[in-house]
Amino acid sequence: MPRPNDTTVAECIILERQVVVTQNVLRCSPLSGFLCRMVPVLVLWLAVCLTGTWAVDRGNFKTCDQSSFCKRQRALKPGESPYRALLETMELTNTRLTLQLINDNNKVRLLLELYRLQGNITRVKINELKPLKPRYEVPDVLIREPPTEPLSLLSQDENGVVLSLGSESQRVIISARPFRLDIMEGSDVLMSLNSRGLLTFEHLRMRKDTFSYKVTSTVASVWDNIKRTTKEEEEKVEDGMWEEMFKSHSDSKPNGPSAISLDFSLPGVEHVYGIPEHADTLRLKTTENGDPYRLYNLDVFQYELYNPMALYGAVPVMLAHNTQRTTGIFWLNAAETWVDISSNTAGKTVFGKMLDYVQGSSETPQTDVRWISESGIIDVFLMLGPTPKDVFSQYASLTGTQSFPPLASLGYHQCRWNYNDQEDVQSVDAGFDEHDIPYDFIWLDIEHTDGKRYFTWDPHKFATPKEMLQGLKDKKRKLVAIVDPHIKIDSNYKIHNEIRSRGFYVKNKDGGDYEGWCWPGSAGYPDFFRADMRAWWASMFAYDKYEGSMENMYTWNDMNEPSVFNGPEVTMHKDAVHGAWENRDVHNLYGLYVQMATADGLTQRSGGVERPFVLSRAFFAGSQRYGAVWTGDNAAEWDHLKISIPMCLSLGLVGMSFCGADIGGFFKTPSTELLVRWYQTGAYQPFFRAHAHLDTPRREPWLFGPENTALIREAIRQRYALLPYWYQQFYHAHRTGDPIMRPLWVEYPQDPATFAVDDEYLIGRDLLVHPVTEEGARGLTAYLPGKDEVWFDVHTFQKHNGAQNLYIPVTMSSIPVFQRGGSIIPRKVRVRRSSECMEHDPYTLYVALNLQRTAEGELYIDDGHTFNYERKEFIHRRLSFAKNILSSVNLAPDAQFTTRSWIERVVILGASKPSKVTLKTAGECFAFLACDVDSSLVPCYMLAN
Amino acid sequence: LKCIHVCIYVWYTLGLKLAVQRQFYEEDKPFTCLDGSRTIPFDRVNDDYCDCQDGSDEPGTAACPNGSFHCTNAGFRPAFIPSSRINDGICDCCDTTDEYNSGAACQNTCRDLGRKEREELVKMAEIAKEGFQLKQQLIHEAKRGLEDKKKLDINYLNSRAKLSEIQSSKKDLEAKVEALRTVKETAEQPEKEAKGRHMQAWEEQKAIARKEKDKAKMTEVFLELDDDADGFVSVAELLSHSELDPDLDSSFTEAEAQVLMGGEDKVDPASFEAVWNNIKEKYLSESNADIPAPVETAQEETPVSDNDSDQYPEDDIPEEEEEDDEEDEDDDQDESDYKVPPTERTKEKKDDDDEGTMPPYDQETQNLIDAAQKARDEFDEAERALREVDDQIKNLEKEISFDFGPSAEFGYLYSQCYELTTSEYIYRLCPFNRVSQKPKYGGSETNLGTWGKWSGPQDNIYSVMKYEHGTGCWQGPNRSTTVKLTCGKETVVTSTSEPSRCEYLMEFITPAVCQEPPNLDSGLHEHEEL
Repeated sequence: MPRPNDTTVAECIILERQVVVTQNVLRCSPLSGFLCRMVPVLVLWLAVCLTGTWAVDRGNFKTCDQSSFCKRQRALKPGESPYRALLETMELTNTRLTLQLINDNNKVRLLLELYRLQGNITRVKINELKPLKPRYEVPDVLIREPPTEPLSLLSQDENGVVLSLGSESQRVIISARPFRLDIMEGSDVLMSLNSRGLLTFEHLRMRKDTFSYKVTSTVASVWDNIKRTTKEEEEKVEDGMWEEMFKSHSDSKPNGPSAISLDFSLPGVEHVYGIPEHADTLRLKTTENGDPYRLYNLDVFQYELYNPMALYGAVPVMLAHNTQRTTGIFWLNAAETWVDISSNTAGKTVFGKMLDYVQGSSETPQTDVRWISESGIIDVFLMLGPTPKDVFSQYASLTGTQSFPPLASLGYHQCRWNYNDQEDVQSVDAGFDEHDIPYDFIWLDIEHTDGKRYFTWDPHKFATPKEMLQGLKDKKRKLVAIVDPHIKIDSNYKIHNEIRSRGFYVKNKDGGDYEGWCWPGSAGYPDFFRADMRAWWASMFAYDKYEGSMENMYTWNDMNEPSVFNGPEVTMHKDAVHGAWENRDVHNLYGLYVQMATADGLTQRSGGVERPFVLSRAFFAGSQRYGAVWTGDNAAEWDHLKISIPMCLSLGLVGMSFCGADIGGFFKTPSTELLVRWYQTGAYQPFFRAHAHLDTPRREPWLFGPENTALIREAIRQRYALLPYWYQQFYHAHRTGDPIMRPLWVEYPQDPATFAVDDEYLIGRDLLVHPVTEEGARGLTAYLPGKDEVWFDVHTFQKHNGAQNLYIPVTMSSIPVFQRGGSIIPRKVRVRRSSECMEHDPYTLYVALNLQRTAEGELYIDDGHTFNYERKEFIHRRLSFAKNILSSVNLAPDAQFTTRSWIERVVILGASKPSKVTLKTAGECFAFLACDVDSSLVPCYMLAN
Repeated sequence: LKCIHVCIYVWYTLGLKLAVQRQFYEEDKPFTCLDGSRTIPFDRVNDDYCDCQDGSDEPGTAACPNGSFHCTNAGFRPAFIPSSRINDGICDCCDTTDEYNSGAACQNTCRDLGRKEREELVKMAEIAKEGFQLKQQLIHEAKRGLEDKKKLDINYLNSRAKLSEIQSSKKDLEAKVEALRTVKETAEQPEKEAKGRHMQAWEEQKAIARKEKDKAKMTEVFLELDDDADGFVSVAELLSHSELDPDLDSSFTEAEAQVLMGGEDKVDPASFEAVWNNIKEKYLSESNADIPAPVETAQEETPVSDNDSDQYPEDDIPEEEEEDDEEDEDDDQDESDYKVPPTERTKEKKDDDDEGTMPPYDQETQNLIDAAQKARDEFDEAERALREVDDQIKNLEKEISFDFGPSAEFGYLYSQCYELTTSEYIYRLCPFNRVSQKPKYGGSETNLGTWGKWSGPQDNIYSVMKYEHGTGCWQGPNRSTTVKLTCGKETVVTSTSEPSRCEYLMEFITPAVCQEPPNLDSGLHEHEEL
C-alpha cells in the first residue's frame, strides 16, 4: 500500500494473534477504542517532620585493627613479593596449568592452578602445596564445575611463561621472580595479580608454645633449629595468632593463623563497584584513610550509612569499569574478608587531572585492590568482560541467576512486626479493600509463633491459621510467616528435639551443642552445612509437617547471619564447629544455606510444581538462586531512603536482583512525607515491602488522611500496572543474570557522566527512574543518558532528548519515570485487588518511538507461579515497531501457552496523528471502524484485536 | 461473535442501578458519556473497552479504572463495588452478578445474608430500643438533677446550677473579704502604734537595768582586783590577769597594763570606770578563770535580741501560706507556734532571765490588740471560705468541662470505673478520668492514658473516646487508649487490644450511645421486594 506520507498513514499488524490472544477472547471483544490521556496531577505539599539521629554502636563491631589477621595483613606494605614461581614444576594439560610457588622467607610452597573457563573467565587457585590439614574450599556456590577451554603455551623462558587464553588475543604472563601474573589483551594489561607483592599465605602450623611442639622440637636437632634461624626468617608469633579476644569474647583459634591475601591492579580503571553489602555509595571509595570494606555477615543494630562496615550479607564480587571495558573479580571465600581499595587518581581534583593531561605528565589512572580473608584458599575468578553484560553472564555462568519468582511476589507486601492476631490480619486485609489498594502478601513476624518456636502458631492469637489463610486465598492473596534459624532449646518443642536427637546442631569448640541467645532465649543453631540437615529442614515445610500451613503461605528467613545476641559481634563464635570446619572458615555461607534449604522445602511441598518465595536477610554469592533479599533493619530517615538505591544497585550488579528496602524505614517513625516518598520509590524497586518495628505506631497506607492514602494508592497502582514489565525483567534476569535495577553506566558504558550516578537508575533497559528522595523537594535534576536517545515522561508523555540534565518540578504526587524512545512496554492498566486477580486482564502496549521512529520490546506470559515455564509453557514474543508497522515475532516457537489475556490497546508515543489504522492478523485485514484520537498532548492511536 | 457481543444486549444494563440510571442507556441510540465528554455507538457500551473518561460506558465491565458496578442483590442490600472487582474471580456481589465471565463458582447468598441481616437487625433493634430507653432515663435523670439544685450531685446540669449558685455566693464572699480586710487594717494601725509605744517603754526600762547591772559588776571586779584592799587597783594587781594582755603575746608587761590603766599606776573606784571599759571584754572573774568564756557567746546574743522583737510577730504572718484547706492544719500549727515558742527560744529567754519578762500590755493596748486579732481572725476565715468556694468552682468547672454528650447522657459514667479481666491483665476504664492496666498476678498498675477528648468521626463524635499521655513506653510514645463505644443495654468493657505498641483499643458498651431505632418494617420490606 503506497503511503504518501508515513506520518499520516499507518498500517498496524499483529501477527500470529492466536498465540497471544485466544480466539475466544477475541470474539468477546469485537471493538476497541483508543485512550490516551493526561494524568491529572494532584498538587500537594506536606508538612515536614524532623527526625533525630541515632546510630550503630560501633564498639560492638571490629575494626580492621581489632581483627588480628586484618591488622597483620594490612601491616604489610606493597613491595617485592617473597614469592617465586618454580617454573620447573609447571604442568600444563589442555585445560589446566599448575605451578608451584615458593616463599623465599619461609620456604613454604604453594600450588597455583590456572584455568581458562568458558565465556572469557580465568580462574586462579592458590593453596598450600602440602597444608598441615585441608583448607576450606567453598562448596555449593558454583552451580557446577565450570567448563574449561584449552590453554596453550605461547612461550617460556627462565623469567616466565606466556599462555594464550583461548582464541582471543588474550594472554597470561606468569613472571617467575618475583611471582606475578598479568592478563593482557593486545598491548593492554587488563589486570595484574601480585604486582604489588601482597600475596600472603599464612601456612598452617603447629603451635610452638604447646607441650607437644616443645617435645618434638627438643627431640629434633638443635642444630637444625639454629640453621633454620640463620637461613630463614624466623616466623614471629604475634598476638592474636593463636587466641584472640574481642570485648569479653575469646576466640580459641586452635588452627592458628591462616589468613590469605592477594592484590589486583586494574590499569585504566577509576570506578569500581560491588562487594555488597555496605550502606555506601554505588561507586566504591578508596579505603586508604580508613578501614577496608568488610565482608562478614552480621546483624548490625541500627546501622550507619556511608561507611565500609559489614552488614547482613556478603558477595565477594567486584566490578571494574571504564569507557573501554568492564571486568570483574570474584573472590570465592566464605571467611571474614576485608577489601582495600586505592587509586592513583583518588586524591586528584578534576583540575588536577586536566593539568596532568595538558602537561602530558599524567600516569595512567589505576585502581589497586587487595583482598584479605581469614582462612580458606585463594580461589579467584577473573571475569574479563569486555561489556558489563558479558561480566553479568560470566558471573551467572559461575553462580547461577536470579530465581524466577512467583508473579505475585512482585506485587506489594504489607509487613509489620507484628500483626497481632488473626482478627488483626483480617482487618488489615479488609482495610486494603475498603481503600481500594492492591496488595498480594501480608506478613507475620516472630510474634505469630508459640513463644518464638518456629513452625508453630500462638495458640490464642493464631488459633486457626488455615482459616486465616483460606480467607486470604479467597481474595487471591498470600501470607508470609517467619522461620528463623535459631531453635528454642525446649524439650517440649518437637523441632528442637528432632534436631538435637539427630545431632544436627552446630557444635561448640568443646563438642557440645552450640548455644546462643536469640529471640526465644537460649537457642541452638541447626548446622545447615550438612546436606542431611538441609534435607530434613526442607521436609519440615511439607503441609503435613508444618501445621497450619497452606499453599498460599511462604517463608521469611531472618537472623540468618546468624544472629547470636550474646555472641561476638552479635554472631556465632568463630571457633564453633560445623563438621570438619570452624565457623571461621564458613561463616558467610550460613545464610545462603538457610535460604537454600527453605526454598527447597517450599518447592518440595508442592511436589516440585510451585515456585518458592523466600526472603532472606543474610546472603552470599549464589543466594540469588533462592529468592529475595532486603537491606535489613534500616531507619525512617531520608538518608536511609536515599541509600536504598545504591544498596540495591550494588546487589543487582552481583546477580541479586530481587532486592528491596523496608518501606517507611524499620526503626523509628517516618513523617508522612517520607512515608509517601518511600512508597513512591519502593514501587519502582524490585522487592516492594513495607515493614515497621514493633515499637512504632501503625502505618498502614490509609492512616494518614485521604490525600496521602490517595498518593500511596497511586504509587502502588503504578506498580501493579507495570507488573507485566517487571515480570518480564525477572524472566530476563533469570535467563541471563542481567540486573533488573541497573546503574545507568550498565546501559551507557561509554558515558562517564553516568559512572557515579546512584540517585537514579534503570529498570531493565527501558525505564529510567529518579525517585524523589529529598525532604520538601520542589524539583530535582535527572540525568537523561544517551545522546541519540529520547525519553518520554510516562505520566505526561512529554518527550525529552537524551544526554541532558533535566530539571523536573515535582509535587507530592510526582514519581519521575521515563520510558526510553525505542522501547515497547506492556502494562495491565486494569489494576485490581491483587496480581492474581489481574491474571486474565488485557495488556496495553506503550510504544515509545526513538529518533528512527522505531521501537522494540517483549512480551512474556506464563502461568505466574509454577515451574511449567521450564517445560516450555510460556509465550515469549518480540514486539517491533518499524515503518509504522507494529509486528511481533515468536521468540520461542517451541513453547506453548494459552492465555485468556489479549491486547486491548496500543499507545504510541512520539508519532503524529494517523489518518488510518489497519489491523492484519494471519493475512486478514480489518479496517477499524474508527480510530479515535483524543485531543491530547501526543498524537497516538490505537490498534488491537 | 458467540459470547459477549451477543451477551452485551442482554447485559447492556449490567452494573447499572435500576431505573435511575437506565434511562441514559437507551438501546440502539448513540450513547453519550455521562460526563458529556463524547458520544459513542451504543454497541460500545459494556464492550469491555473503556471509551468514556468517567467510565460510564462500562458499568458492567472492569475496563475503566474508575468505574463502579451496581449489584442489585435481590433479597439483600444493593451495593456498588469498584468495577475492578468485576470478573476478578472473587465473589463480591451476593447475587453473583459481578462474576459473570470469570469462571468463579459463586453462589447466590443474598437470601441467606438478607435473612441473617434481618435477624441481626431485629436483635440489634431490640438492643437499640432497650438501650435507647435506658438512654432516655439517663437523660431524664440528668435533667432532674438540674432541677434539684440543692442536692450536690455529680451531674452535669446539677453541677452547673450549683456552680452558678456558688459563683454568686463567691461574689458575696469576695465583698466580705474586702470589707474585713479594711476592718482588719483599720484595727491593726492603732494596735501597731500602741504596741510600738509599749515596746519602746520596755526597751528603755531594759537599758537602765543593763547599765545598773554593769555598774554592779564593775564594783565587784574592782574589789576582786584590789588584792591588797587598799582601795586602789594597781598595775601590779592588774598584771595578775594575763588574759588582759592586749597583744596576747603571753607576756603581759607592765607597760601594757599601764596603757589599760590610762597611764596611771593605780586607780581609785571612781576613775576605775575608764579602766573597766578597757578590760571588761576580756576580764575573767577569778572565781571561774579556768573556764574561758567562749567568745561566740557574745556574738550569739545578737539574734537573741532579734528574736525578742519576733515574740509577737502577728504582723509577719505570711499571707501566701494561706492557700487552701489542706494547709489549714499547717496554719493552725503556725499559730500555735506563736503561743508556744520553740524550746530554743525558751532557752534564750533563760539566758536573758535577769532582764526579766516584758510587762503585760496595758489595758488600752491589750484592747487594741484583741480588736485587731478579732478582725484578723474574721478576715482569715472569710478568706478561707472564699478559697473553698474557688476550689468548688474549679472542680465543678472541670466536671462541666467534660462534654457528657448532647443531653448529658454520658454523665452517669463520671466517677465510675469498669473492669475487664483478660488472661494476663485487669484493665480498668474510669470514663472521663483514666484507663489503667494491672497484671493479674501482682505488679504495679500502668496508666494507659488520662481523659483526652471525644474523637469519633465528625458525624458521630461521641462514638470514640481518647485517653492520652499515659505512662511512657521504652523507645516509644506515651501510652494511649482509644475507647470505642457501642450501643448496648449494659455498661461494660467487652475487649481490649494493643494494635500498635502502647496504643490500646478498648471496646465499651453503653446505652448512652444508642440511637433511636429506625422503623424496622419499612426498611426491610423494601429490600425483600427486590
